[in-house]
Amino acid sequence: MSQLANWLCVVAGATIGAPLRFLTDRAVQARHDTVFPWGTFAVNVAGSLILGVLTGATVAGAASSHTQLFLGTGLCGALTTYSTFSYETLRLTEGGARFYAAVNVVASVVAALGAVFVGVALAETVWA
Amino acid sequence: MRERGVWPVVAVVAVGGAIGASARYGASLIWPTAPGTFPATTLLVNVVGCALMGVLMVLLTEARRTLKEPHRLLRPFLGTGVLGGFTTFSTYAVDIERLAEGGHARTALAYLLLTVLAALAAVWSASWATRRAVAWRRP
Repeated sequence: MSQLANWLCVVAGATIGAPLRFLTDRAVQARHDTVFPWGTFAVNVAGSLILGVLTGATVAGAASSHTQLFLGTGLCGALTTYSTFSYETLRLTEGGARFYAAVNVVASVVAALGAVFVGVALAETVWA
Repeated sequence: MRERGVWPVVAVVAVGGAIGASARYGASLIWPTAPGTFPATTLLVNVVGCALMGVLMVLLTEARRTLKEPHRLLRPFLGTGVLGGFTTFSTYAVDIERLAEGGHARTALAYLLLTVLAALAAVWSASWATRRAVAWRRP
């Protein structure tokens, strides 16, 4: 029974996270007429920030295991993506935009990591 | 994409995302990795997802060119939904932070670099191999 509840938390989170990524990407790309994949970059950084806050809250004992599965594994997991990130990087190199491809990789990793650190620090001040 | 046509896409992305995330969660239950150790399961999930994305995108492009237009919901379902939900950037980033925070800076750096390199190699080699296979099959 508890196993079923765990799976339902993941499914519920992903059912929100994946469409949120799709709609965000669509909205962001409609506003930017560039080759740089701003949409995927935005969801990956935003999802990392949320997961950072959740991780800090978990360490402080403020997040239940169901919250972790719903918000972390489900929502943030589905909101962020590695496959689209790497495919878009490949498309940039194939299109001759090697500089943008390198910038995409470095900026995504650095910004997502920075967002995690900010999120954890934020959670530590809230749930200290 | 016309505005009235967007909701079926949102629906298949949601269903696909739930399937992909469930598969990722299942993998983490079968192959759990302890805190402070190399997150091999997340790395494997991300690399496999990137390889499958390379295969999928070439097959869809090829189908569009040679056969008939693939169903318009196929790419959002499989690509944006299933593979997008299967792979994750947030867990990757948090795993690095947790390793560094726990005093495993070298493991964190190795995991950071290995994931990026393996993911890019996977998507590149999978799409290259799929293109070759498609060209070889074509009369």
